Order: sequence, then C-alpha cells, then structure tokens
Amino acid sequence: MRTTTSALRSKDLLGIEALTPEEITLILDTAEGFKEVSERPVKKVPALRGQLVINLFMEASTRTRVSFEIAEKRLSADTLNFAASGSSVEKGETLIDTVDNLMAMHPDMIVIRHKHPGSPKMLADRLPASVINAGDGAHEHPTQALLDAFTIRERLGRLQGVNVSIIGDIAHSRVVRSNIHLLRKMKANVTLAGPPTLMPAEVERLGVRVVHSLDEALEGADVVMMLRVQLERQGKLSFPSLREYYNTFGLTPERLRRAKEGVVVMHPGPMNRGVEIASDVADGPYSVILEQVTNGVAVRMAVLYLLSGGHLAE
Amino acid sequence: MNLLITGGRVIDPSQDLDSKLDVLIEDGSVVETGRNLKADAPVFDATGLVVAPGFIDLHTHLREPGQEHKETIATGTRAAVAGGYTAVCAMANTVPPNDERAVTEMVLAEAARNGACRVYPIGAVSKGLKGEALAELADLHAAGCVGASDDGRPVYNAQLMRRALEYTSMLGIPVIAHEEDANLNEGGVMHEGFYSTLLGMGGIPAASEETLVARDVILARITGGHVHIAHLSTAGGIEAIRRARRDGVKVTCEVTPHHLALTDEAVQSFSTNLKMNPPLRAEEHRRAILEAIADGTIDGIATDHAPHHFDEKNVEFDLAPFGVIGLETAFAVAYENLVRAKVIKLPRLIDLLSCGPARVFNLPGGTLRAGAIGDVTILDVESRGDVTASFVSKAANSPFIGQTLTGRVVATVVGGELRHDTRESASEPALRKRKPRK
Repeated sequence: MRTTTSALRSKDLLGIEALTPEEITLILDTAEGFKEVSERPVKKVPALRGQLVINLFMEASTRTRVSFEIAEKRLSADTLNFAASGSSVEKGETLIDTVDNLMAMHPDMIVIRHKHPGSPKMLADRLPASVINAGDGAHEHPTQALLDAFTIRERLGRLQGVNVSIIGDIAHSRVVRSNIHLLRKMKANVTLAGPPTLMPAEVERLGVRVVHSLDEALEGADVVMMLRVQLERQGKLSFPSLREYYNTFGLTPERLRRAKEGVVVMHPGPMNRGVEIASDVADGPYSVILEQVTNGVAVRMAVLYLLSGGHLAE
Repeated sequence: MNLLITGGRVIDPSQDLDSKLDVLIEDGSVVETGRNLKADAPVFDATGLVVAPGFIDLHTHLREPGQEHKETIATGTRAAVAGGYTAVCAMANTVPPNDERAVTEMVLAEAARNGACRVYPIGAVSKGLKGEALAELADLHAAGCVGASDDGRPVYNAQLMRRALEYTSMLGIPVIAHEEDANLNEGGVMHEGFYSTLLGMGGIPAASEETLVARDVILARITGGHVHIAHLSTAGGIEAIRRARRDGVKVTCEVTPHHLALTDEAVQSFSTNLKMNPPLRAEEHRRAILEAIADGTIDGIATDHAPHHFDEKNVEFDLAPFGVIGLETAFAVAYENLVRAKVIKLPRLIDLLSCGPARVFNLPGGTLRAGAIGDVTILDVESRGDVTASFVSKAANSPFIGQTLTGRVVATVVGGELRHDTRESASEPALRKRKPRK
C-alpha cells in the first residue's frame, strides 16, 4: 500500500486544489481496484446500494455524464439524470431553487456540471449531500485530472519527475487547471504551450513553465496533453484562423518526433481532428485517448466510493 | 436647530484644528468653536469622542426612481446618517436616469420630504446614459446637480467626453468619470491576474481603467475642464493622475473603502458580495492606493454604495450584479485599514471623508468654521465591533460582514439636528418623525 491516508477529509470533491498528495494517491489506488470490476462478467459491486446520486448537468457533456452514470450503476447506486434543457431552469428557476427542490428528495450525492465557476462550492456550502464537481466553467474538473493521472501512472509507473506538456487553449480550460494542481502536488514537471492570447495572466505562479512554441514544448516530453480548441471562440481575437492554429500548434506525427521515445499522447475530448491534433496522432500508437475514457469510470467509482464513506481495503 | 456639542476632540482639517473644544450650532449653522461655550441649546456631551465636520459621500447609488426594491432615497439616506454621512451625491443611473430636470427635481423633492441627510444629485453626461448626445447639463445644474456622470458605464466616445469637459467648465462642475474600456474585459467579473487564472473567471485587466484615465487627463488638459476619476482602483491610473497634476491639469479622484481594504485574493470564496466594478484588485494596486492616500494624491474616500436585492446576489458569481453597499461601514473600514494600519493619521482621514469631498465638488460643509452649515459627525475611535448582516440600508450586500473593525459613528448632526444618535440617553430614535418607506 502506497498510501498514508485511508479516507478523504472533505464531504465534497470541488477541485484538486484542496486535495493533499496523500488523498490523490488514495483515490488513484482505490481506482486500481475498481478497474478490475469493470473487466468482470458481472460488472457490479454493492458499495452504494440504496444511495441516490443526482447527476445535475447544466451544460452539455457526453463523456463525463456517461462515465459518472456508469460508475454509479457499477456501484449499485440509484441514479437520476437532470439536464438543464427540458427542466424548470428553462423557465428561469435559479440554481439554488433547483437544487433546494432536488434536495427535498434526499439525494446522498450530487454530481454537478455547470458553466459558471464556483457553482459546485455554492451547493456544497449549503447542502448536506456530497457534491462532486464535474466541471465548473474554466475553474476545475477534478475527476478529469484524476483519470489523466491514473492513465499516466499506469503507463509510466509514476508521476514524480514526469515531464508533462499541455498544449492549446490554456485560458479557457478547466482541465488544465485541475491537471496543473494535481501534477504539481505529485511533483511532475508541467510545461504549458499555446499562443499568448490563450495564456491566462500570471499562470507561471502555479509552478509551471510557459512556452509559445509547440516544438519547444514537445522537446523532452514524457506526456503530451492536447486541449480542445473551443471552436465557438473563433473570431474572438484569440487567433486568426483554424488553419493558422493547426500550422502553429497542431500535433502531427512529424512534430511528435521531438518528444521522448514512448511518449504518451492524451486528449480530454471532445477532439477536433485536424485542428489541435492530426488523426494520425489521435489514432496512432502513442495515443491513450480511449484508455483515458475507460479509466474515467474506475476513477469516478473511486471518488463516489470514498466520498460515500468508503475506505481503501487494507 | 440648535445644538451645543461639548468636550469632544474637535478635528477640522479645513482649519488645521485638533483640540478639545465645544461646537455651537444655532439655526442650522455653526456659530462658534471654542472652550467652555454657553448657550440656550440642547447639549451633546462628546467627552471622549471625536467631533468632525459631517462626512460627504461623493458616490452613492440611491436607486430611486425606478429600483426601489434595492434602495430608496429614504432608506439610503438613513444608511448614510448611520454611517456618519451628512450629505450624499446621488448617482444618475436610476430608471429613468437623471438626465433631465424633472428627475433632478423629483430626487430633491423626495429627499426634502423623506431624506435623512442632504442629497446632491449628479446629472447624466449623456441623454439616456447612451454616450451619444450631451444631456441638458446647464438645466440640470440649474436644477441642483453638482456634477455630471454616466457612472455605471464609461463615456466611450472621446469627442463626447471632450465636449462634456468643455461644456461643464462653463458651469464650474466636474465630469465624474467611470473609467473602464469593457472591450478589454471579455465578460470579465473580477480583476485579471493570478486569482482570475486560478478561479477560471473572466478578468477585468487594470489596463481597462488605466487606458481611459490616461485619455481623460489628456482631454481635461486640452479643455481646461475638471475631470473627477470615480472609484480609482489601479496603480497606473494613480500614476497618470499624479503626472497630470504636476502639469496643472484639473483632475481629482476618489477611492472606495473596499479597494483600500480588500484584494482579489478574497474572491476565492466566490462570495458575490466581493463582486463589484471596478473589481477588487491585486495587492500591488492596493499598496499603490495606500501610498496615494498618504501622499495626498487621493482627494476623497467615496463609498460607491451600490445596493442590490438579496435575490439578485444569491446566484452564481458570474450572474450576480456588480456592486456592494458601503455607507454604514466606510468609517470603520477606513479607520481600521488607514489609521490603525498607520498609513495616515486621523485628521487626514477626516479630510478624506469630509473636507476633501466638499472641496472637489465645491459643496457646502466640510468645515466647522463659523457660518458653515451645522453638519457634524461624532465618532468613537476606541469602540471595536463585528460587522453583522443587519444594516439600515435595504440591502445587505457588504463584503465586510464578519469582520471585526475599530471605529463607530456615535451620532450624526445635519443642520444642527440629530439625525442619528446611538447614545443610551437617546430615549427615542432620532428620526422618529421620519418613518422610512420600506
């Protein structure tokens, strides 16, 4: 056992920023056990039997929503999916009223995805239920960073000292913030690359290196994490065209040769093929993009289990 | 109204006064400050207290007409006297805005009928606050407006700003500038810096303010007009003002209590009571403000009292309206962060709250000289207490709830009449005849 901790301190998972390295290790170790469950013929354990989990998705999501739901079902929880469209949110109900009404039905956990930073904290501060942040604006997406770390650890056997380069729209990415917190806490080296227009203010203070050249970022990288170009932001002065973006920061097989032998290529999805990443890379031998998705279920099972009061079996 | 205030430490920076004296007010005006005064007037024993010329707020949103669910002239002026203010300048961004005489007259009539302190309306710079055509500034001035401002938004059109400065120079009133180039903000909700990066929130860069301050001091120079920079929050803005002053440009400025006390670091709580515009800045900007207060660059502290209804603020940070209340906490916040923090001494703070504001907008008061209006604020600078969510204002959107602060307003005298009195001996509320409309 690598851990020195056997439970999480908080009732909620709002972000990576507040976690300790021991807690991160605990979640990753617990997820290892749950990954095995997903490979059995009967993919179910009774850990969350009788518990109600509400998946409150106020913003579009495929991967994260489906992954949470599968994780909940494999833990035998009762699940309820709530999407903003088709609900009273469209009639102008506030988030707090929506959640107060859902709470009146006594859920044990709420998984929330929302476009506004801080909304999971707003719920966590006023609700007895455990709140799991499934992405809040450009703030945090903790389970994504955990599944990324799980995948890196599985591939490279460690996190400490690993050189991770994250490339693309840093400014608007919640994935990158959670990943920076996690990787720095676990003593990995983080390089960010992208045009200065997509680099948020004073990001170096988070303990990362910032470069504006893809080649420079790839040099010596063990892991390359590509971020989605938010196509809806095109024309908002951040970069001139998708064509120019691809030519400057798009990951192609030729450029990837600068990275270390056996480099691990990741992408949180959804991908824009031919914009930030060439299909030859996304579907190529170094890509672990679909493994990330598989690992997402195990990591989310671990988070749900630990927040419900579960402990890592000795 | 007559009142004899005895035995207090009278601090009047307008005449470099700081000693234990009595103040006699008769028929609403100061008659004399001196030792052992005798008069046939009610006596206020101010022993152990500080007696200052009444505070004047250069920047208050009273919300009436049009947004009475947030605040009214009655409740806002009660909050003002509770905070030691004997006069407030009422911003023009009401609904409808104060861009014509009829609105100014309505505000003044309601203030006379139900107000607890003096109200000086600010007229709009442009019709409908649209930034297109000048409002009838001479008529607004004649009706009682003491300045012109589209506050809440900047005057984007440089030519309109130039014309406004030229035109108001004829009237002898300032243009009060809300400096913000929102093109630089991209939906920003907090200061752009390390904490906006950490929290993933849209940023409002310091440059958003600094670029327009730089433009407007240039326009003030070429027009000879008086520009007053509202709620100054950036080091670059301060530097531009210092430079312009050295060149003899007529530029004055105010800072808010929250910008001198708080920084963007606090926004990590996601409390919507920390959301205002301009936003709480980074520590280096706060330090620059403190330095500018100490060296005299800042003319006054103004609250930018911006009441909002509980429901409006009880939403996600991104969705909450900008603005915080400030009238009732201004003195204690400033005393704690400036005097107790040894940035300035108490007389300079009184200057920033009273004399400076009177000077820059050319208002009555700000002094206890014989013949001045009988507006006095009486303070206890020993008293220490917690800020609770209970306010006289209709609103409670204060960023200071929960803080322990030193400095308390004991009583507020407007024209010789006690409009706020917290003494135990005050048997009845000072405003018993003036019930606010809630």
